[in-house]
Amino acid sequence: MSEPPAVVVDGLVMRYGDKVAVDGLSLTVEAHTITAVLGPNGAGKTTTLETCEGYRKPQQGSVRVLGLDPVRERRALLPRIGVMLQSGGAWGGVRAVEMLRHVSRLHAHPVDVDLLVDRLGLGDCGRTAYRRLSGGQQQRLGLAMAIVGRPELVFVDEPTAGLDPAVRRTVWELLEELRTDGVTVVLTTHYMDEAERLADRVHILDKGTLVASGSPLELTRGGSVATIRLVVTEPFPPGSPDSLAVSLGPGTEVTQLDAVSLLVTGPADASTLAKVSRWCEDNGVLPESLTLGQRNLEDVFLELTASAAPAVETELTP
Amino acid sequence: MSTFTPAPGAAPVVRQVLTQASMETRLMLRNGEQLLLAVVIPVIVLIGGVRGAERVDLSYGVAEFAPGVLALAVMSTSFTALAIATGFERRYGVIKRLGTSPLSRTGLLCGKVLALLAVEVLQVVVIGAVALALGWEPSVSVVGGLLTVVLGTSAFASLGLFVAGALRAEATLAAANLVYLLLMAGGAVVLPASAYGSFGDVVTWLPSGALGEAMRSALGSADIAWRDLLVLAGWTAVGATLTARTFTWE
Repeated sequence: MSEPPAVVVDGLVMRYGDKVAVDGLSLTVEAHTITAVLGPNGAGKTTTLETCEGYRKPQQGSVRVLGLDPVRERRALLPRIGVMLQSGGAWGGVRAVEMLRHVSRLHAHPVDVDLLVDRLGLGDCGRTAYRRLSGGQQQRLGLAMAIVGRPELVFVDEPTAGLDPAVRRTVWELLEELRTDGVTVVLTTHYMDEAERLADRVHILDKGTLVASGSPLELTRGGSVATIRLVVTEPFPPGSPDSLAVSLGPGTEVTQLDAVSLLVTGPADASTLAKVSRWCEDNGVLPESLTLGQRNLEDVFLELTASAAPAVETELTP
Repeated sequence: MSTFTPAPGAAPVVRQVLTQASMETRLMLRNGEQLLLAVVIPVIVLIGGVRGAERVDLSYGVAEFAPGVLALAVMSTSFTALAIATGFERRYGVIKRLGTSPLSRTGLLCGKVLALLAVEVLQVVVIGAVALALGWEPSVSVVGGLLTVVLGTSAFASLGLFVAGALRAEATLAAANLVYLLLMAGGAVVLPASAYGSFGDVVTWLPSGALGEAMRSALGSADIAWRDLLVLAGWTAVGATLTARTFTWE
């Protein structure tokens, strides 16, 4: 069964004044998947999402959501998508369930409000005014408002930011159930474990462009690759990543994460570990910790987006 | 069908508008400050005005104050209350949120106008009852009264939305209250334009003066004040144009 993609972003450019927020971004979201859009702050995630939601008009390039132009065909698109904003979105004086019921009445075939309230554990605060809800309760209400209209596609912006672990799990299960029931989910998140657990596909953004995409398994190369995280007591001397890479030989990669930590990616064997130790000895570097692990999504993310961090460090220590 | 199987669709437009209107009406009536502005202050002005005028032997009585205070009530709801509410809706992302719901911009506007009219009905009932108790004997043009309320509401609402769309929420709060106080004192709402001497000719060109004069004609002498209604229509056009050009959802 091959369905057209739910979202196609093609060569999108968005600027705020002189600042380029999105720089020629192209990506697709396949229907009936959970797709995570990751990236450091300022990578252009929210701008991209808001362009898909029709809030902003593409300055260059094009965006198609469910085959429609989100700006020109907004009225046709809106009932078919659900949007969870990062914050806010309700009157201060409105009661939680009252707000959800209000949004549900704008739709033709809404999900039963009581069921949703129950599923997201909003029953206890149902009569509480929105401004008196906790951050986590506001988040869950925001998610409920996004899905109450039975959309085909939902955009959720950091759905579990600030939630306690038990509630996070509830939200994850709900998002997985949405996928099972045929809803396409696009989520942005700062939590790599969230993306790794939920996402069928991950797009990593940095400085407004796509730097990697694939399934979590593809991105981490199926866990067959090991990582060694080396943290030292004093900043590395200049050229350390290259010098270490030479000592290790082919098949390994060295990425500087910050002034005092390096990430080595390569075959998981004792010889690599020994070579790293020897390099430390030869270069008079004192390791504070040497951690061996499987390469996870967080490592991939840091490798791809860490380039800015050492540059800042060198500015600070001329 | 499973719980979340997609079944997208917008509710019928009429249901959407009524839902929005009933929500906004409830929120307005639930808010203490709004209620103060909508009912309590006008009633105090009415009673204070009538009793005070008797004491200092002013030439005005309940015949002038009752329509004047009704005009003030329309102004407070459609301008001050609407501007403040909308300002905070922008601040808290309500307009942005509703922007991705099936409710269209026109639907949102219709909902707001219906909510204003609902609150105004309540104001007319309460203020009218107090005025009658104070011995008011109105001579009513129903068409004139309805036109006055509708055009007064549209003029002030369009100006209120302009203020809410152009300023930050706190600035809107301050500006909307300040303009309300200035117009109450010097805008020929409560007192007839003739009370302002030579300045009276100027104030009838203000939306407040036109609203006050039209209301006094409609409820005092059963007349339709076409000239004042036309002024209100003009202000509606000005406010609507400014709002359409400047309003943003954030």
